[in-house]
Amino acid sequence: MTDGLRISSSLQKRMMVTLIAGAAILAIILFFIVRGYAAKIAQDGQDNILGASVSSILDAAVIRDGTVEVDFPYASFSMLDTDLDDRVFYAIYQDGELISGYENLPQLSQVRGTQSVFQTLQFEDNQVRIASATRTLIGARDRTEVSVSIAQTQDALSRTLNRISRNVAAFGAGFFALVALLSYWATATTIKPLMRLASSVEKRGPQDLSPFQKEVPAEMVPLVSSLNTLMGRLDQSLTQSEDFIAEAAHRVRTPLATVRSYAEATLQRVSKKENRAALRSMVRAIDESSRAASQLLDHAMITFRADHLQKERIDLVDLVQELAVRLAPIAEMKDVEFNLQNDPSVEIHGDLILIQNAIRNLIDNALKYSPNEAAINIAIRSSPRPYVEICDQGPGFPPDDMANLTKRFTRGKNADGTIGSGLGLTIAKDVATAHDGALELSNHPKGGACVILSF
Amino acid sequence: MRYFIVLVLVLFTVTANAQDWEDRKVFANAPTVQKLRILSSTDTSFFEPIIDSYLNDNPDTEIEYLVTGTAAIDDIFRTTPKDFDIVVSSAMDLQLKLVNDGYATRVDGADHPSWAKWRQSLFAFTLEPAAIVINKAAFAGLKVPKTRQELIQILRAQPEQFRGKLGTYDVRQSGLGYLFATQDARASETYWRLMEVMGSLGTRLYCCSGDMIDDLERGDILVAYNVLGSYADARAQNGEKIEVILPSDFPTTMMRTALVSKSAPNADAAKNFILHLIRSQSGDQGDGANLLPPVVLNPGQQTITLEPALMTYLDKLKRQTFVKEWERAIIQ
Repeated sequence: MTDGLRISSSLQKRMMVTLIAGAAILAIILFFIVRGYAAKIAQDGQDNILGASVSSILDAAVIRDGTVEVDFPYASFSMLDTDLDDRVFYAIYQDGELISGYENLPQLSQVRGTQSVFQTLQFEDNQVRIASATRTLIGARDRTEVSVSIAQTQDALSRTLNRISRNVAAFGAGFFALVALLSYWATATTIKPLMRLASSVEKRGPQDLSPFQKEVPAEMVPLVSSLNTLMGRLDQSLTQSEDFIAEAAHRVRTPLATVRSYAEATLQRVSKKENRAALRSMVRAIDESSRAASQLLDHAMITFRADHLQKERIDLVDLVQELAVRLAPIAEMKDVEFNLQNDPSVEIHGDLILIQNAIRNLIDNALKYSPNEAAINIAIRSSPRPYVEICDQGPGFPPDDMANLTKRFTRGKNADGTIGSGLGLTIAKDVATAHDGALELSNHPKGGACVILSF
Repeated sequence: MRYFIVLVLVLFTVTANAQDWEDRKVFANAPTVQKLRILSSTDTSFFEPIIDSYLNDNPDTEIEYLVTGTAAIDDIFRTTPKDFDIVVSSAMDLQLKLVNDGYATRVDGADHPSWAKWRQSLFAFTLEPAAIVINKAAFAGLKVPKTRQELIQILRAQPEQFRGKLGTYDVRQSGLGYLFATQDARASETYWRLMEVMGSLGTRLYCCSGDMIDDLERGDILVAYNVLGSYADARAQNGEKIEVILPSDFPTTMMRTALVSKSAPNADAAKNFILHLIRSQSGDQGDGANLLPPVVLNPGQQTITLEPALMTYLDKLKRQTFVKEWERAIIQ
């Protein structure tokens, strides 16, 4: 089916890759946004505590007898206790001069007022968060600036952040997995109508050129309607040519019959030997043409009917017996005898005219290739599936191109001298196909051709 | 010749111990390959069983045990942290500040409750209340005080009997005394009233619990406030002269702590020793060989918390203010 088609990657795969890649990017973005947000919240938490601690120390600063006293509460440091026992550094300055605390703690430059300023920096091999604020004390004689810095390591904070990162990563992975599943489902659902359409196209019979009636998604309407238009045109042109052939065959057949009857009549009247021989070959030629025309007609009829089967219950035994009776005169001319072997009744469901036509063509073929005084064995059986087997005692099929014999206008290499159009087996094959049956050709080991038409 | 050797030994000892140690003892079972120097405020007799059991398990180790006051420990160790492997002290605040200032190293593998350690570097191994210790004879016929308030009442009622016969830590000298005093002051104003009463009666100031108990036993003083309960208990069992009172209004309970110096010459052995120390003081050993109370918290019991807030009173300004106030109260 796909021979000669250039195939690009599957639509479903493309959609899934796009969706999953999108999901992965989203999950990563989500991870960084949520983590960044959480980090900010966690940092704000630490800042709040550091700020409160700084304020509580600043609040305790007073000028007493001209000197600054900072009797800050126990809680100033107590509130800085963390799960992971973070280290705490602090410094108290008066007008920029250290009056207590850690002397090498960096002073923040942009500190103004009692609102704490925060900064993250390195101190003693640790990353610390430092909060700093300042306050003006007004004494009896002068005013002085007291500023306080408190720094805290970030062990507990980074543990919290790690935990958050892990959770957010798990959340992102879960989100990704869910979206991957969803995208699989979504692509499968989306692609389903397409697959359905493809399989219904695939399942169509070779003659079925009717338009698609099934519901198709909006996006596929242009494709399907142009497909329908294409098939409509194809069907029309096929019908036209079939009609043409039928018409032509019909037109030819009638005058041929007239010519034949004149030839027969003339044959009775002439007595000269060469004239009689000429007339006989004329009749023969007319027969051949007439037969070809009627087979063309048959074939056109079959092509038409195959699309509109009128199925009914048929007993193959009755049908074959009737045909045998009808063909008996021709058989008698060659002294050929029909041997019927049959089950009592072999019923099938099919188009009577088509099947009749197919079997008549097969028996006709057998008669044509049978030598004089031979027998044609016809078997009608109902198992394994209903079939009719017709075997003659003629030359048999040429073994090397048996497969081509059912093609139109193909005749066996040994058929020279026998009247025929090459349509008989084609007709039988088409009928079999229309009924979901099969036509098998074989040669009998003791000579002769065998054809099995099974349903 | 003999004198020479003695002289050399004396000189050697003097140069090696420029510091005046309260006690200095070297423990070694056999020829040793490594040496641990422990700087400690705990009396040798109390610590000896722990060292002995460690040496039993690690016979290749020699331990030099150096005892001095808590404040001195802080000074010495900050000056020469490379000279010591382990620092043991009862001054929780000074110890915590040492860790905070980065003088200690982490000891992993210690299965210790979180309230009894800080930064996995400072490990508490005892739980010891501050006690009021009295001379029994002096209180004959008097109601034994159960709280600080009752002690104040008795002192006010019998000023003549107790004048000049009271003792407590000199918070300026003793780190532990300062810790007890600041925690008391934090807990209740009663502390300041007691100090004023004691100051008005004349109070002797001591560097160490041992000296206070000695004087109590001799009858030189009759009441000692904020004495280490563990030391006093040990003496109370020996004689009938003193009684140990754990004040019921608010108890002050401290934890003796140990740390491994960040620049310890023998850090691995030191960490091993710490693990041994907290294992043998965890309370589920049950051998009773140790003289120090185990680090086991009874229901409802509270200790001074190991937290950065311990550094509050170590602040220069806070300390100045506190000591000034304390001096005003006690030295009159």
